Amino acid sequence: MTAYDVMPDIELYQPATVEDATELAARLKGSAWLLAGGQDTYGWLKDRAKTVEAMIDLKGIDALKGIRETPGGVEIGALTTLTEIVRHPLIGERYPLLREAAAVVASPQIRNMGTLGGNLCQDTRCWYYRRGLSCYRAGGNTCYADSPAGMNREHALFGASRCVAVSPSDTAIALSALEATMIATSRRGSREIPADDFFVGPDVDIVNMTALAADEVLASVRLPDRWANAEFHFEKVADRNVWDFALVSIAAALRMRDGHIENARFACGGVACVPYRLPAVERAVVGKPRSESTGEQAAHLASRGAKPLNHNQFKVPLMENLVRRALRG
Amino acid sequence: MSYKHIGKDFTPPDIFGKVTGKAKYAEDFTADGMAYARLLVSPMPHARVKKLDLAPALAMDGVFGVITADDLPPVEAPNGGILTNEPVFIGDPILAVAAVDEKTAEDAIGRIDIELEPLPFTVNPTDSLRPAGPNARREGNIYAGSPPQVGELHWRQDEVERFLAGGQPSAEAPIEWQYGDLEASFDNAAVILTESFVTTGYAHMSMEPRSVMSYWENGKCFVYGSTQSQSFIIPFLAPMVGVAPEDLVYVSEYCGGGFGSKIFPYPIMALPAHFAKKLGRPVMLRITREEEYYIGSARVGFQGWIKAGFAADGRVSAVDLYIVQDLGPKRAGGDASSAGGAVSILYQPEALRLRSVPVLTNTTPRGAQRGPGQNQIAAIFEPLMDKAAQELGLDRVAIRRINAPDSNAKLNADQGPVTSAYMAEALELGAKRWNWAEKVKRSGRRRGSKVTGIGVGQGYHAAGTSGFDGLVRITPDGKIHLHSGVGNLGTYSYASTTRAAAEALKCDWSQCEIVHGRSAAHLPWSSYQAGSVTIFTHTRANHVAALDAVAKLKEVAAAALGGQAEDYDIDGQRVFRRGRTSRALSYGEAAAKAIEMGGKHSGVEVPEDIHEVTKRAVAGIAGTGLVGVAKDTLPKRGTVPGFAIGFVEIELDVETGKHEIIDYLAVGECGTVVHPLGLANQLRGGGVWGFGMATTERHVYDPQNGLPANVGFYQCKPPTYLDVPSRMDWAAADIPDPDNPVGARGIGEPAMGCAVAAVMCALSDALGGHLFNRTPVTLDVILSHIAGLPPTSGPLAINTF
Repeated sequence: MTAYDVMPDIELYQPATVEDATELAARLKGSAWLLAGGQDTYGWLKDRAKTVEAMIDLKGIDALKGIRETPGGVEIGALTTLTEIVRHPLIGERYPLLREAAAVVASPQIRNMGTLGGNLCQDTRCWYYRRGLSCYRAGGNTCYADSPAGMNREHALFGASRCVAVSPSDTAIALSALEATMIATSRRGSREIPADDFFVGPDVDIVNMTALAADEVLASVRLPDRWANAEFHFEKVADRNVWDFALVSIAAALRMRDGHIENARFACGGVACVPYRLPAVERAVVGKPRSESTGEQAAHLASRGAKPLNHNQFKVPLMENLVRRALRG
Repeated sequence: MSYKHIGKDFTPPDIFGKVTGKAKYAEDFTADGMAYARLLVSPMPHARVKKLDLAPALAMDGVFGVITADDLPPVEAPNGGILTNEPVFIGDPILAVAAVDEKTAEDAIGRIDIELEPLPFTVNPTDSLRPAGPNARREGNIYAGSPPQVGELHWRQDEVERFLAGGQPSAEAPIEWQYGDLEASFDNAAVILTESFVTTGYAHMSMEPRSVMSYWENGKCFVYGSTQSQSFIIPFLAPMVGVAPEDLVYVSEYCGGGFGSKIFPYPIMALPAHFAKKLGRPVMLRITREEEYYIGSARVGFQGWIKAGFAADGRVSAVDLYIVQDLGPKRAGGDASSAGGAVSILYQPEALRLRSVPVLTNTTPRGAQRGPGQNQIAAIFEPLMDKAAQELGLDRVAIRRINAPDSNAKLNADQGPVTSAYMAEALELGAKRWNWAEKVKRSGRRRGSKVTGIGVGQGYHAAGTSGFDGLVRITPDGKIHLHSGVGNLGTYSYASTTRAAAEALKCDWSQCEIVHGRSAAHLPWSSYQAGSVTIFTHTRANHVAALDAVAKLKEVAAAALGGQAEDYDIDGQRVFRRGRTSRALSYGEAAAKAIEMGGKHSGVEVPEDIHEVTKRAVAGIAGTGLVGVAKDTLPKRGTVPGFAIGFVEIELDVETGKHEIIDYLAVGECGTVVHPLGLANQLRGGGVWGFGMATTERHVYDPQNGLPANVGFYQCKPPTYLDVPSRMDWAAADIPDPDNPVGARGIGEPAMGCAVAAVMCALSDALGGHLFNRTPVTLDVILSHIAGLPPTSGPLAINTF
């Protein structure tokens, strides 16, 4: 073992068009790594915890960048940086939930380089996996975190299936709450994937955290009009206020009518391998005002079915408290 | 007293390099033909190298060679070797490969065929103390005795269980000291508090990893390193690289943080020199962030038990302290005794007993970290003071003032004296400035889900020593060269201590040049830069050197202008005859005359009592000016104490476990303020670190495989800019210490201890006096307490979340 710190030799491709990128992805699939802002990539590769033969650098593709209004809402190119999202007036006016989520990702420096696509596609931060141990997710046959002595303070309450890692993405829960769709493109064509299907748990795929196929490139994210200008609540609880991942986070979109909740979507981060939707809470709050009392009634529904590990029981009351706060308004 | 330089701000010369990027740290140096070395480190917490096949690596193009422990001088356990065939923690360096570039070296490491035989390991001291507990080293599991050596100690199972359950420890403790009649003093107590506690030992994580570059030239060994100290390094590093001290050239102009981990030369520092000798070319060993975690040291962890008695008037009557120390796998220790010493001075108990069990574990090697021992116990004892105050109906500042050490204070097992202490005055100053009387009324105030906590905390560390050398030189151009052997560890003390020389020479600062950072620049013998000692120690050394220069200026003037030396005085860079001020020499003219006179005046002759390092430094500048050089033999009548007090207001969100620091004031009780900006930075920086120790910084090991979880900054979690208040106030008692010519005492360590204590007290205050008795108090610990859940980790769990 060595504390590797230097990039190994990797064949670098720098396509200028989506077509070239998808062509490369199809040709090199399995041996190539798609590079966006690099904020997750370089750690993996410099540590040599993952090795690849080739890297397809998407940063030169202008078509993957930018925020534009569409007939059905707003579309964000996957290579748009998080800082651009935070500063864009359209996002701030219609979808401040996403702005708030993007604004608390990591640190200003990382947000300047990191992209929306990268934030959504980044790998889990399970420290065992990141250290290069041969766990289920890494192709092995054990989970070090979900063991009697596992150090699992930051791991999952829900959806464990051999692996108990959680999704680290702050923007993912916002997009889940906003019913966003992801546009995946490949030489075979493009497909639109609902956010709730885009992120996959270990029961579906224990190696990958998204539904993207090896030859697919995440091209953009679409935000539907449905939730534009709704009432929102976003909150991320982490040990530190900068450069940290959520222990538990929450994104809520609430469509109000006559002072009552007409429709709601809740998603929690840090509790499952995917943005964890709270359908029981969503059903329970419909027709009720946004109030302390509603929060009190719904909070316990959030953690129903939680299976805490040795060191993460605190996530249960924390999750419930975040639901209370979201409904308190 | 009115000073020309002391107590005034100035711009230390290294600041320009730091803000322009021109500063050269160890990693920035290069040499022709330099090879790049990388390390192969142990993937196991304890193992033995069974097989090592280097041939595939050596066969690679661009690889210059490999160095292993077999190429290096052996060391006796548990001293840290440079490389090892029996690693005792994950990350222990086994070998190094040198190549034309780092990538080739890393590729070569990947081709080395190495087989390790796993050995028993432990990441928890109390696990090792169990009847059949694993030993961290083949030689044993504790490091104790006089002189200390590795031994073996295992408790009975019931002793372990009793300790973990918080019962009064009865098991053997190899270290024990006591003063006073403990039993009688507890009998006199109106309140007795008994608690068990744990403080994690977390990594230093210095911003600048300890990279080193070395080469050999004309029999001299050149080492470019990163250390807190400068001259103090020479006699210790020289034998490590196998060279006479006079043939070692050591460069450390800047140090990007050491925090106690770079006081002395550390083993890996000698590797490039040995490798360079083997290869016949310069070698750069760049240490990565991950490697810095492994070999960059960590604080000693405590698993402990305390019983404290308080008299009805609030006086601390007796303290019984039992500490199991987590020493990591190598030589360390002293923290527990320091903790006992801190209690003895800060609270002046009539009787105190310290018992300690120093246990080895297969975790990061430990060493001194800012306030080693003092700051761990500050986090635990200060909330106990609050609890006692509550039970006795006393104000929390008042109980501290009742126990405050003054200049008659005694400390440690021998109940020795201090040079001075003014904690009552400092508490009063702080309480007034912070408006304690009003702010404490906010304690427990609810604002939505947030509750206010108010805390006051105290920190202590011995802060000064003596017996080191000062060196000043005045050249014919009138320049005053202030030679400083003090390391540039980030506090600017290398510069601020020279202000004492300028003060004694009554010269303008614009005429002064500080010489430092390179042994070849002729630097005097210095203390280490640690333990808060420098400001006291080297204002004295600079003062005596300057007095020597003043005496010589007067002698030179008398020789040139007639009369006796005592007829002369100095000011404005002139030495002049009293009453006939036109009979004068400028400092430049006096320097030229000193060169002409030779002997002691120009450094050709030196005092007998100065250190060999200083003698060599003077030899290097002899004949170039008027030389003032002297050893500090000024009286020092006791321990030099450094104190600080922190006042903090927090808002704790009981729904998230997060807190925000609303307001912070640090008060230094450190004698005369020498450099206000420097002191402010110490108090604020110490505050930030104290906040981190209290609530975020951690040291996590998996007991299944000995693997550390936090090898990077984001997992170690030092506070970030947005975790601390944007404004942190400071003040100083500014009462001179009689044993320092400018009245100064040190402050570095207490500046952190008071902050960790204050935040611990504020968290407790916000939650109705609940004692967490552990560091760090992470948000999950708070949430679990509020929700009535069991703690995140088991009793006295250490190296854990």
